Amino acid sequence: MKFDRLPRFFRAAAILLLLVPVPAARAVLTIEIVGAGTNQFPVAIVPFRAEAGLPQPLTSVIAADLGRSGLFRTVDAGGLNPPPYEPQDVNYATWRARGADAVVIGTVSPLADGRYDVRFRLMDVAKQAQLAGFAYTASREQLRHTAHKIADVIYEKLTGDKGVFSTRITYVVKRGTRFELQVADADGYGAQTVLDSNEPIISPAWSPDGTRLAYVSFEGRKPVVYVQSLTTGARRAVANFWGSNSAPAWSPDGRRLAVVLTKDGGSQIFIVSADGGDATRLTRSTAIDTEPNFSPDGELLLFTSDRGGSPQIYGMPAAGGEPRRLTFDGTYNVSPRFNPDGKSFTFIQRNGSRFNVAVQDLSTRQVQVLTDGAVDESPSFAPNGRMILYATAVGGRGILSAVSSDGRVKQRLTADAGDVREPAWGPLPK
Amino acid sequence: MKKLLIVAMMAGTLAACGSSPTKEQDGAAVEDRKPGEVVDRPPVKPVDPSTTRPLTDKPFAGSPLKDPNNILSKRSIFFDYDSNLVKDEFKPIVTAHARYLQQNPAAKMRIEGNADDRGSREYNLALGQRRSDAVKQMMQLLGARAEQIETVSFGEEKPKCTEQTESCWAQNRRGDIAYQGE
Repeated sequence: MKFDRLPRFFRAAAILLLLVPVPAARAVLTIEIVGAGTNQFPVAIVPFRAEAGLPQPLTSVIAADLGRSGLFRTVDAGGLNPPPYEPQDVNYATWRARGADAVVIGTVSPLADGRYDVRFRLMDVAKQAQLAGFAYTASREQLRHTAHKIADVIYEKLTGDKGVFSTRITYVVKRGTRFELQVADADGYGAQTVLDSNEPIISPAWSPDGTRLAYVSFEGRKPVVYVQSLTTGARRAVANFWGSNSAPAWSPDGRRLAVVLTKDGGSQIFIVSADGGDATRLTRSTAIDTEPNFSPDGELLLFTSDRGGSPQIYGMPAAGGEPRRLTFDGTYNVSPRFNPDGKSFTFIQRNGSRFNVAVQDLSTRQVQVLTDGAVDESPSFAPNGRMILYATAVGGRGILSAVSSDGRVKQRLTADAGDVREPAWGPLPK
Repeated sequence: MKKLLIVAMMAGTLAACGSSPTKEQDGAAVEDRKPGEVVDRPPVKPVDPSTTRPLTDKPFAGSPLKDPNNILSKRSIFFDYDSNLVKDEFKPIVTAHARYLQQNPAAKMRIEGNADDRGSREYNLALGQRRSDAVKQMMQLLGARAEQIETVSFGEEKPKCTEQTESCWAQNRRGDIAYQGE
């Protein structure tokens, strides 16, 4: 397999316009790819045996996932009679002739208990050998998730990076005067409202294990930080002090939150237990210190501060210590979020009157601006560090977008109604 | 009367002291918007809609806080761009509320700071907080006790006006006073 080809995908500059069709069922967000690399990995995905009878097709979801990453090109898999379902059925010469470097095959068998046995194999055309193969037992409701897991395996085998197709995202939808905190699959399907309010909701943040969300709700006519379980729906105010409470950020062990409190004057960063209780002050300035974010190893804290006269990004030891300024380009750098590899961070930089997503390398301090919208906000990395999800506006309406961390591939997620904002990409499933 | 004058003088000196500058990003740009872009937003509400009320010679029976003829019924303090300085035109309102708190020790209020909607929501929340804190600081210097005033911020989340124009942003750079129980 030509793994060495992959870096070239990222160098390609051509812009393609690709519309990925998605079935209408339960769709709230529709994804449109507005840019992609050229040297995409050619992969053929053969419809699985007995897939036609399923309530939820699998291979179309797998193809859509891979296509959305911008790194893959689907090679025509039709017209073969019989189509290959097992390794011994694969005629490698045929696939070589069609230009496929890899072929995905599989089978579906209904089980007596109503569930399905789903098996898939990823075949290397050059080596004429199996690269990966897994079997899953899935209920009808789990079929779509199973397709995402298969796409994750294919992505990881062919790119060397973890796939993030089976992860989830959260965001806030504003419909008229209502605010809905929603959780959806990374492809926008299966959106569920986890909190519905007449008052604003901002700054949702995933717990590291993906089972809880911290967020700021204004339901009590002031900003209060809540933690809500996604499994039970139970919620509790974990920071409800005198004044404003906001900007929750989880520690990597999921036991503490960095929050911004004003109880002692000014907006300063404190640490609270994820279960609530007393707050320990971390920053001590007379300026605004806000938008904390822990490094993946929990050692470092990034935050936004205007202590130098304009809002800039600073880093400090998470256990307390002297902050160090990290951004120097321009007069407005805000909303830092670590890359899961801990080596860089994404943030919003104002350039003239535009607010754009940028990435800064922590060691070289090199900055790359990745987007060109008028008002891009709230960037967060996918858990594999390959994409950045952010909020932008088109025609005055808030939508979500994603950009690859090299800026080459862009996706746009549009909701059928309402303003969408405040996205955050969830962790890899444990 | 003399006392009032002193209070007014104090308020005058307050303009210069206390508050650190509020950094709001500069004028983003109506001009930058692409032609033909449609802003899908609700219509603009006027800031202070005129109200019609019957004229009567009887004094207002309710709380002075609700008396439309009393300055205490005025609850909004507007700020300049990139500033959390209480402007001269709003000092009489701040002074009146400070005196009310001083004379009514059981009274409590919340000052809700607001910011225009350009830039980070959390940073704007902190900017709104800085404005409500500036109003509180002035009221404390005028005799209100710290425990009577909780300052909070709505940041850019509760705009009075949703158009991307300077006049609209100006309406959102605001501190609102709400008494407990209101």
